[in-house]
Amino acid sequence: MTGAALIKGHTGDWEVVIGLEVHAHVVSESKLFSAAATTFGAAPNSQVSLVDAAMPGMLPVINMHCVRQAVRTGLGLNAKINLHSVFDRKNYFYPDLPQGYQISQFKQPVVGEGVVVIDMPSGEPREIGIERLHLEQDAGKSLHDQHSTKSYIDLNRAGVALMEIVSKPDMRSADEAAAYLTKMRSILRYLGTCDGNMQEGSMRADVNVSVRRPGTALGTRCEIKNVNSIRFVRQAIEVESWRQVEILEDGGSIDQETRLFDPDKGETRAMRSKEESHDYRYFPDPDLLPLEFDQSFVDDLRAGLPELPDAKKARFVSEYALSEYDAGVLVVERETAAYYEAVVDGEGAGCDPKLAANWVISELFGRLNREGKTIAESPVSATQLSGLIKLVEDDTISGRIAKDVFAQMFETGTDAAAIVAAKGLKQITDSGAIEAAVEKVIQASPEQAVQFREGNQKVAGWFVGQVMKATQGKANPKLVNEILKKKLGG
Amino acid sequence: MMSALTDLTIAEAGSLLTKGEISAVDLADAHIAAMEAEAELNAFITPTPERAREMAAAADASRARGEAGLLNGIPLAAKDLFCTEGILTTAGSHILQGFEPVYESTVSENLWQAGAVLLGKTNLDEFAMGSSNVTSHYGPVKNPWGRAVGRDLVPGGSSGGSAAAVAARIALGAVGTDTGGSIRQPAAFSGIVGMKPTYGRCSRWGIVAFASSLDQAGPLTRTVQDAAIMLRAMASHDPKDSTSVDRSVPDYEAALTGDVRGLRVGVPAEYRLDGMPAEIEALWQQGITWMRDAGAEIVEVSLPLTKYALPCYYIVAPAEASSNLARYDGMRFGLRVDGADLTDTYESTRAAGFGAEVKRRVMIGTYVLSAGYYDAYYLKAQKVRSRIGEDFEAAFGRCDVLLTPTAPSAAFTIGERQDDPILMYLNDVFTVPANLAGLPGISVPAGLDREGLPLGLQIIGRAFDEETMFRAAGVLETAADFTAKPPAL
Repeated sequence: MTGAALIKGHTGDWEVVIGLEVHAHVVSESKLFSAAATTFGAAPNSQVSLVDAAMPGMLPVINMHCVRQAVRTGLGLNAKINLHSVFDRKNYFYPDLPQGYQISQFKQPVVGEGVVVIDMPSGEPREIGIERLHLEQDAGKSLHDQHSTKSYIDLNRAGVALMEIVSKPDMRSADEAAAYLTKMRSILRYLGTCDGNMQEGSMRADVNVSVRRPGTALGTRCEIKNVNSIRFVRQAIEVESWRQVEILEDGGSIDQETRLFDPDKGETRAMRSKEESHDYRYFPDPDLLPLEFDQSFVDDLRAGLPELPDAKKARFVSEYALSEYDAGVLVVERETAAYYEAVVDGEGAGCDPKLAANWVISELFGRLNREGKTIAESPVSATQLSGLIKLVEDDTISGRIAKDVFAQMFETGTDAAAIVAAKGLKQITDSGAIEAAVEKVIQASPEQAVQFREGNQKVAGWFVGQVMKATQGKANPKLVNEILKKKLGG
Repeated sequence: MMSALTDLTIAEAGSLLTKGEISAVDLADAHIAAMEAEAELNAFITPTPERAREMAAAADASRARGEAGLLNGIPLAAKDLFCTEGILTTAGSHILQGFEPVYESTVSENLWQAGAVLLGKTNLDEFAMGSSNVTSHYGPVKNPWGRAVGRDLVPGGSSGGSAAAVAARIALGAVGTDTGGSIRQPAAFSGIVGMKPTYGRCSRWGIVAFASSLDQAGPLTRTVQDAAIMLRAMASHDPKDSTSVDRSVPDYEAALTGDVRGLRVGVPAEYRLDGMPAEIEALWQQGITWMRDAGAEIVEVSLPLTKYALPCYYIVAPAEASSNLARYDGMRFGLRVDGADLTDTYESTRAAGFGAEVKRRVMIGTYVLSAGYYDAYYLKAQKVRSRIGEDFEAAFGRCDVLLTPTAPSAAFTIGERQDDPILMYLNDVFTVPANLAGLPGISVPAGLDREGLPLGLQIIGRAFDEETMFRAAGVLETAADFTAKPPAL
């Protein structure tokens, strides 16, 4: 194992061991076992079928779209697809669980072991094992803040399909857990199987944390339930691992229990201990046949998969000669990668891939982030950005001017060429004009000219700056350099 | 005229309706009158006379337009386990107090589509859990045959109200459900025909669930032919029930050829129980003789795991029931008893809403699914269940149908066996195996015991071979020539 960030306790080093259970809402028009709609934010109890409300005699019928989504996700996680799986009932009472049981998959999930490669800042890839992926129903929502003495129940979410994706305990730091979640969300969004929206609860994580002395057996773990942002996952791990180290170093022991992370107080709190844990009395749901499909069903889904982040990144590195880092940044979101590719070789576009990567990552992303816009909302289209980069490439404008032009493009949505023409920003490549400007500057600064001849590099730069200033930045810097050298020797 | 109309079979009534000699409204009125006259049987939880008259008038109108369905104008009773749109549906339980579904079960909808007329919702053991119809929140049903012996007898259960209604000439037929014998055993106790189809033949959608892997709807009628007619109307593939099977529905009536020459009738040795009344044994032997005389070949077969069927059933059925009944929590429909907090509300509601037998089975089911007991009980029972299925398959390698008694006794007195659940569970010893294996079974009235109470014989068929089962049952019925009726009021 690499990448372990050890905790320095006062009795020695501790290693953190992390496993994540990601609950991802399946992108689907209707619920896992009913035809009710799944739109987020609808009026309470407006998307509830007789099945969702568990009326007497109602029966679940599997939504095969959700099965396809689960299998596609399994394929995206390089996982074994089980052609035979079983839906079980997980029994417990709660008002937001109308059936009195959740239909889930216990012993035989639809997807088995797989692997996710996470991208660490060190650049070395880390493989995190996937234990399983199974389909299950979400519960409804209990609203405790609507009335002073009553709780209200919204069943819109009851029965919505969830994928529970369980990792192996392969992560060794909060950074790795964050990288894993980032990668997981990226893969799910590429596949279109989950929108990855953690604010809306479309994706949430249960975090299993334990600590141990490096090289020893696994310690007792605590499960932190329902953490709903990557930042909170990171914080929860930090806080929880330290809590455990402190207990152990004080000679105590860890109780296996379920805990909640409180981001306001920056602490985890016990929810219920193992002794109080439910006996869910899992058994195969007799209302449903085992879920069975053949290999060709899987093969067809595999054939329809999009290019996933890892493959895209590798291609960007080999095809466009990008650095691992740049390629990694560009492929996190499918839309971003598509934008980049459109800049590089989209219809009516086409420019240097490395230059394009720099422009997309530093200029475009920087501006979008500042404005809180997504790539889809970018006022500068890929073709337009490509047009700007081409003007730099063919020396029509300098890189310096290009940044100003970009800013105007972002404001107005106008093409780069139009802005350059309207504002007369075209670079001066006429050596006669530049010579005249250089001549003027030399005459005005005899002292500096002497220093230049003596080889003072700082002064060389100063001269370039003066000439650029005199030409409103439009002089071709290469020509300025050449002419300066010619005039002043050096 | 009234009594003549209520004495018809479905086939006879259908023929008279077709000829225009009677109207559906005439039939409905005669049966509504009988239903009112026989109120003391407590066969109905909710009589629906007005609905019956409306449906009968509609049936006559559609016949006049030349659009008569298979059961046009036939007055039927429906076990109160079938959800019926806008009509109180109770499952015989206090916990469904006031529950009026906004939907209609697939099986009942199929019947109404075929033109049948609903007389009312019949009494049953609570959530279909029982063999005597004494666990109903709405009180026990009396078997009309009690009049023959001057005692209040059980009609059997759980479809006790349906059986009593058909036996007492209140309905031409009734629709029931059979989880471990709940159609066949009351049919035997009431001197009528009761049939459980292959699991998956009829949709379970809209039927209040007891044990999902065992529940199956079926007809209770006075003749084998009527059962064949009703099943044809009830059966369908239903995309809303994942366990319903996509197979075409045959014309079961056409299978009643009366010819069983060369048919191999299996007699399972293990159904010969210790302590079984001599009369039951004698009737069984008589049945064997009838079939042999009709040209069938009698084959001794072995179903070695028979003795494990009942224990297996009493693990599987309560396990599923404990989970199926979790939805009765007082939150969305039916009874609610408010408590100090959520847990108290759950407990108070379920304590008040469920009767003793339901509570017993929920407890048993919860126990056998619990961590640490699951493997020893539920998993073991599932293995036994598979083996029982294999036993039947092996037997059907040597025969085409099986012939057995339906129940180990005739109807008993209300109140008897109440304090001994095990003795009560023994009622289902001959019927439960067919549910575990998902096979079709039919009980045919075959004779009277020395007190003059009806006894039934059962034919079990191969999965989805209801036709052969009906053919054999038809021959048995003809040979038995059972004409006895419960004494009228």
